[in-house]
Parts: sequence; C-alpha cells; structure tokens
Amino acid sequence: MKELICIVCPKGCHLKVDEENGFSVTGNGCPRGAEYGHKELTNPTRVITSTVRLEGASLCRLPVKTSADIPKKDIFQAMALLDGVTAHAPVKTGDVIVPNILGLGVDFIATKTITG
Amino acid sequence: MIYDVIVVGGGPAGLAAALEARKTGAQKVLILERNSELGGILNQCIHNGFGLHYFKEELTGPEYAGRFIEELSHTDIEVIDGAMVLDISPNRVIHAMSKTRGYLQLQAKAIVLAMGCRERTRGAIAIPGTRPAGVFTAGAAQLYMNIEGYRVGNRVLILGSGDIGLIMARRMTLEGAKVLGCVELMPYSNGLNRNIVQCLEDYNIPLYLSHTITEIRGDKRVEQAVVSRVDENRRPIPGTEIVFDCDTILLSVGLIPENELSRQAGIEIDNRTRGPVVWENMETSLPGVFASGNVVHVHDLVDFVTAESQRAGRGAAEFALHSDKENGDSEFFRIENGEAVNYTVPQKVRPDHVGKFVEIFFRTNNVYRDREIRITSGGEMLASFKREHMAPGEMEKIVFPKALFSKIKNGAVTVSVVEAGKKEQK
Repeated sequence: MKELICIVCPKGCHLKVDEENGFSVTGNGCPRGAEYGHKELTNPTRVITSTVRLEGASLCRLPVKTSADIPKKDIFQAMALLDGVTAHAPVKTGDVIVPNILGLGVDFIATKTITG
Repeated sequence: MIYDVIVVGGGPAGLAAALEARKTGAQKVLILERNSELGGILNQCIHNGFGLHYFKEELTGPEYAGRFIEELSHTDIEVIDGAMVLDISPNRVIHAMSKTRGYLQLQAKAIVLAMGCRERTRGAIAIPGTRPAGVFTAGAAQLYMNIEGYRVGNRVLILGSGDIGLIMARRMTLEGAKVLGCVELMPYSNGLNRNIVQCLEDYNIPLYLSHTITEIRGDKRVEQAVVSRVDENRRPIPGTEIVFDCDTILLSVGLIPENELSRQAGIEIDNRTRGPVVWENMETSLPGVFASGNVVHVHDLVDFVTAESQRAGRGAAEFALHSDKENGDSEFFRIENGEAVNYTVPQKVRPDHVGKFVEIFFRTNNVYRDREIRITSGGEMLASFKREHMAPGEMEKIVFPKALFSKIKNGAVTVSVVEAGKKEQK
C-alpha cells in the first residue's frame, strides 16, 4: 500500500494506492484522483511550463506549456529543447512553438496572446 | 464625465469586478491599471493549476487572465493603463497620473478597490547578517525570471514555504539552478500540499520545517546562509546551525494587502486581515466604495478571488444604479472570531442585502484534524460543518443560510472551530 497526496487540484486528497491489487485507489474525492493515483505509480507524468525568447513585441519572453502531461523522466530533456527557440509576435494562445517534443506527440504551445 | 463604476487595478480581481459590474447593468465602467498590461500577478505565474473551479480545467496564469482580457475586449469597458491612482475622495472622485493622459480627476458613482497585495521583505522579518545582493522576494525573482528573462541565481536557498516560494523552487531547478532547500519557521508548511509534492518532492528538494535563517553572509553577493532549528517558541536553538553555500536567497514569507489608498480615504481597516472591513456585498465602510481580492484578504486560489470580485462588481453596479435611493441605517449583525479562527470575511452582514445565504470565508490559526466549524449566537448553535483537515494555508468557506438569521441574538454571530462532537459550553 502506497500513500500519496493527490496533485490534481488544490484540495490535496490523501490517497492510498494498492500496488498488489491492480493499483486500486482509495481516499480520492473524485475520479481524477483515482486516475492520478494509478498513473503516479505506473507512469508518472507532469505538465511542464517555461518561457522562450520573444521578438517583435515590447515583452521579451513568451510563456509556454506542454499541450499534455509528459513522463517525469523526460522533463529535463524537454526543457533543453527550449534553449535556442525564438518566437515572433504576433502570437496567439495555443500556437505551437515546438512540435512533437521527443516524439511524444505533445507540443510546447504558447500560453499568452501577444499582438505586438 | 461621470463613470458608473471605476475599478482600481486590472489584475484578476479588477477584471472580474469590471465585467460583472457591466453585466449587472452599469453603463460606463473604467479600469485603471498601474502596469502597461492587464492581468496583474497572473502574468508572471506561468505555471499551471489555475481555474479548476471556475473554468473546470487546468490553466496557466497568463491563460487564466487571457480568458478575462478576451471577454473584456468584446465589451465597451474602458481601460487606462500606465495610470497610478493617487487619491480617492469620500465623494468618489479619483485622482490619478497617467503617462499618456496626464493628471486625471474622475468622478465615479461607485468604486471597486482591487489593488492586490505585496510581499513581505527581508526588512519585515529582520534577518541578521550582511546586506549583499542576491536576496530577493520570491515574487520579484519570479518577475525577473518569467517576464524579463534573467537567470536570477545558481545556488538557491528559499526561506518560507508559501506557494510562491515552492513554485520558484521548481522553476529555478528547471532553468538549471541548484535549489538547496526550503526553510520554514513553522512546524508545517503554509503552501498547498500539492505544491510540496510537485515542486519539492518531484525534484528532491529538502523541506526544513521548524528552521529559519539566522545569518546571511557575503560581501557584494550572498555567499552563505546559516540555518538553525527553532524551538516551540520559534527561537533558534544554538548548536543546530547548518551552513549553506549559496549565491541567492528567496523570501516567501507572507503577503500584505496594499491599502495605502484605502487608509488615505479613511476606510476602516481590519487589523487581522490588514484589508478593509467589508459588508456582505464587499462594500467598505465608505458607502459606494467596494473592495475585493487580495486587497481585502490574501487568497490561495484565484477562483475565490474571481467569485469574490464578481460579488463586489455586482454590489458596485447596484449602488451606482440606485444611488438616488437612500441606503439608510439598515439592520446588521457582526461576525465575530471564536476559538481557532483568525479572521472572517465579510465582517458585517446586512440581512436586507442577502439573497438566500451569505458565504463566510476564514482561516484557522493552526493545523487541525476532525473538526467542526460552528456558527453560534447567544450561546445557541445555529449551524455546524464538519471538516477532516484544516490548515492556516487553506482558506475555509461556509454557507450561512438566511433562514437562520432570525435566531441571531445581540446582533452578532461567532464562528469557531472545535473538536468534532464537542458539547457546547453554556
């Protein structure tokens, strides 16, 4: 039995996950907690946020995030992909900045609309 | 020109208040923003986790603000950015300076104060030692890193385990810095549990509870920090010192509502929240002047700021539309703080202004398990709410139905937190 704190929402439910019985989850307040508990012990993932250089606007950084959660073990490799990237205004929220990170089928996308 | 509602501040509180005021029927609505863009602190909070209650999805700070800025762009709400409000008079004239428009005097029928809060600094907690460069508040470091693109530091120690400190521990690690630890004076963290997990534990950053920084060393730049364990009275214990070699110290040691304007206007301030005393509709002691968000009390979740600000926006619009109607001295009751309760918002309630219920927000003074929140009046229990877990870092909300107002004695109710099932003492 493994005890976890759920990070899906700010409530922070105290989960118990039974590794020996198909990773069944108890203590969760909602279905997303059960999914998190299972995933955290089998294939833990996170959404990663950062910024890239921005040109053509009064601001100099564009905030970005992964369009979906990626495996925890790939976090630093994914971050390294942003090092040489420059985005150009105008940019819209949701625009793809780095496509298909590490072949995972997940993109780095803009999280801010900047007109110029 | 006379505005129906002028909102001071264009962060999440100001945006929600302005939009709601317009929807409620205020015709001329204006936002005055000090910065060059709307969105407030959310612009630098590039991490995700915002909006789970309100939008039912997980957004980053800029995305959350973007939703409201987008909605605003489809309205006729006016925005003046780069404008610093200098004074608010009791008859609701706002004096402001704008880079592009010069000195402004603007008359409002109603005002919403949404100035937010600011961070406590090294001076506020008086850390001994030298005064080198490299000591930042966590929010200032967040601005330098996320908005201006600076690295800030390489070997980092964080004092205080508030949410901004935890978020910055992860952020600096991702950008290549070594975060040596997070030092917390109290025996518990004031940050959200999920942030301890996903910001510290994910990156093996140690959390030193019941510890504090007792000396900062360094000439031009920070070179070392001395950390000591503290006893139950929060006094450092000699002989427990740990020396960290670091070039940067981030302070996440609390936030203070920014109320210079409110004080100057003569608005009554609550010593516990450090924000204006408010009525059920977020109106302050100055009629027609409302307040919401972190200027009233510091929130953990922006969704609560949005909901509170919509209430303020509604209240302001209604005041503006019916300003001819004399408000008079309507009946009211006070909400008093009982056992284990640090403050409540609102502090006062006018039943005339309440629909079906009033929502009461508060914080406890310690971490508790298996508690009961009670609303009592004249020794009689009016309502109770069970909680498995309570902590000062997690704001509580209870719903007090209007149907129970008739049982209130002596114009006051008390909110207290007691052991579940405890008998009432007569």
